[in-house]
Amino acid sequence: MPVEAAAALAAKDVVGIQRLSPGEIQLILNTAEELLEVARRPIKKVPALRGSTVINLFMEPSTRTRFSFEVAEKRLSADTLNFSASGSSVSKGETLFDTARNLMAMAPDFIIIRHPHSGAPHRLAEVVPASIVNAGDGINEHPTQALLDAFTMCQHFGGLEGLKVVIAGDIRHSRVARSNAFLLGKMGAEVRFVAPASLLPLDVEELGVIPFVRLEPALEGADVVMMLRIQLERQKKLNFPSMREYYDFFALTPERLALAAERAIVMHPGPMNRGVEIDSRVADGPRSVILEQVTNGVAIRMAILYLLAGGRSEAASDS
Amino acid sequence: MAQNRGRAARQEVMDAPAMARTIARMAAEILERDGDGVMLVGIHTRGVPLADRLARSLEEVTGHKVSVGRLDITLYRDDVGPWRPAHQQPVLKRTVLPASIDDHVIYLVDDVLFTGRTVRAALDTLIDYGRPQAVRLAVLVDRGHRELPVAADVVGKNIATTRSEDVQVRLSEVDGEDGVWIGREVGNAG
Repeated sequence: MPVEAAAALAAKDVVGIQRLSPGEIQLILNTAEELLEVARRPIKKVPALRGSTVINLFMEPSTRTRFSFEVAEKRLSADTLNFSASGSSVSKGETLFDTARNLMAMAPDFIIIRHPHSGAPHRLAEVVPASIVNAGDGINEHPTQALLDAFTMCQHFGGLEGLKVVIAGDIRHSRVARSNAFLLGKMGAEVRFVAPASLLPLDVEELGVIPFVRLEPALEGADVVMMLRIQLERQKKLNFPSMREYYDFFALTPERLALAAERAIVMHPGPMNRGVEIDSRVADGPRSVILEQVTNGVAIRMAILYLLAGGRSEAASDS
Repeated sequence: MAQNRGRAARQEVMDAPAMARTIARMAAEILERDGDGVMLVGIHTRGVPLADRLARSLEEVTGHKVSVGRLDITLYRDDVGPWRPAHQQPVLKRTVLPASIDDHVIYLVDDVLFTGRTVRAALDTLIDYGRPQAVRLAVLVDRGHRELPVAADVVGKNIATTRSEDVQVRLSEVDGEDGVWIGREVGNAG
C-alpha cells in the first residue's frame, strides 16, 4: 500500500531522515518525479527560486554531492555561493557558528552544509533562520543520498514496501548506510547490513536491520544490492587484514550477484573503488544503476529546495 | 434557510448541454481561424480535460487526429517562492507535449480567464520548450478583471462578475458533473 504524501514539509530544514515522516518522504519523491522532466527540456531551467540565495558550505571534500546541489540550484534559478573549508577563514581557526553568523549577514535563504562532525547541521539549523539542508554530517546522516537511492528503487520497482535491500561495505563509518536504514525502515523495506564484524555499527539492532558478516547469505533473494566504499579517512588503522582479502570475501562479483533476485539492481553512492568493494564487470554491467543515481540526485535536491521554499506547513495552515 | 456558512446562493450560468454546444462552437472557431493543424495545450487542472474535449470535437468535424498536450505552470507562477510569506507549495504536475512546439500554432486552453496571471506563466513555460509559430488562447469563460494585458482569441462565454464573486467551472472528468456556476464566496478561479 503506497504511503500518502504529506501536503508540505513540517520543518524549515532537512537535516536527517530521522526527522522526516513517511508522508514527507513520499512528498519529496513525488515532487522529484515531476522535476526530473526539467533536465530533458531544451532550456533546462525554471524560474521557481529566482531571487533566492543558496550558500553551499562544504567543510569536507565532495565532488558529486556539491555539483549535484549546484546543478539543482541553478536549474531552479537560485543564486549560488560556494564556500569550502580549504582557502577560507575556517582554516584560520574560525568556529562553525562564527562562520554561520557571518554568512547570515549575507541573507541567504538556504545553507547546504557538509561537515565532518555529526550533528553540525542540526545545531546550525537551531541558530540561523535560513533553511539548512544536510549534505552529509560525519558518520551520522546523508539524507539527500538516501532519498535519491529510494527514488531510484521506486523507478525500478514502483515502490519500496517489501523490497529486500542489501547494503554492504564499511557500514560503521557510513552516513549513507544509516540514512538508508532509517528511510527504508520507515517505508516498509527490509534492510540487510553486510560487513566484517569490525565494520558493523554497534547499534545495528536498534536500526532495525538484519546484520550479516558474510555477503553470500545476505544476497539470497535481494532486490537491491548497494555497495559502499571503505572510508579510509575515517579510521586510524585498517579494520581488516588487507584490501586484497576484503575483495576476496566482500566484493560484489558477477558470481555473487547471481545469488540475488533476477531483477536485482546494483547501486553505489560513489566514489567507487573498483577491485575493492565492486568488480568492474558488475559496476559497468547491465544491472548497474549507478549513473541513474547521479541523474536522480539532481531531481531530489531540486525537490527539497522547492518544497522548503514554501516555508513551514503550520505557518501555511495559519494563513 | 439552513445553508452552510460561506455556501451562499450560487447560480448556474451554463448547464451540461450548453457546455457541450459551447465547446463545439469553440472548436468551429479554432478550425475557421487556423485549420486543423493546431496543437491544443491544456493548462492544469481543468484546461487539460477541456483541451481533450476540444480535440475530440475538431476530430469529429475533420476526421484528422489533433495533437493535445498539457502544461504545468507551477514553477513559473508569480506567487511561488521564498520571498513570499510562508505558504504551502503547490503540488507539481506533469507537462506533456506530444511533439516539438516549434513552428506550430498552439492553442492554450483553460477554464476561466480572470487576472491573466496564469496565462502569463503559461506563456513563459511554453516558450522554454521552443518557438511556436503563434500562441493563441481559448477559454471556456472570460469573467473580466484582468491585471495583465491578456486577451483570449476564442471565448466560450463572457460572464459579467464582481471581483469577489466566485466562478466555478465543473467538469465531469475532474468534478463528476458539467456546468458553470457563480457564487458569492471569494474563490481562487484564476
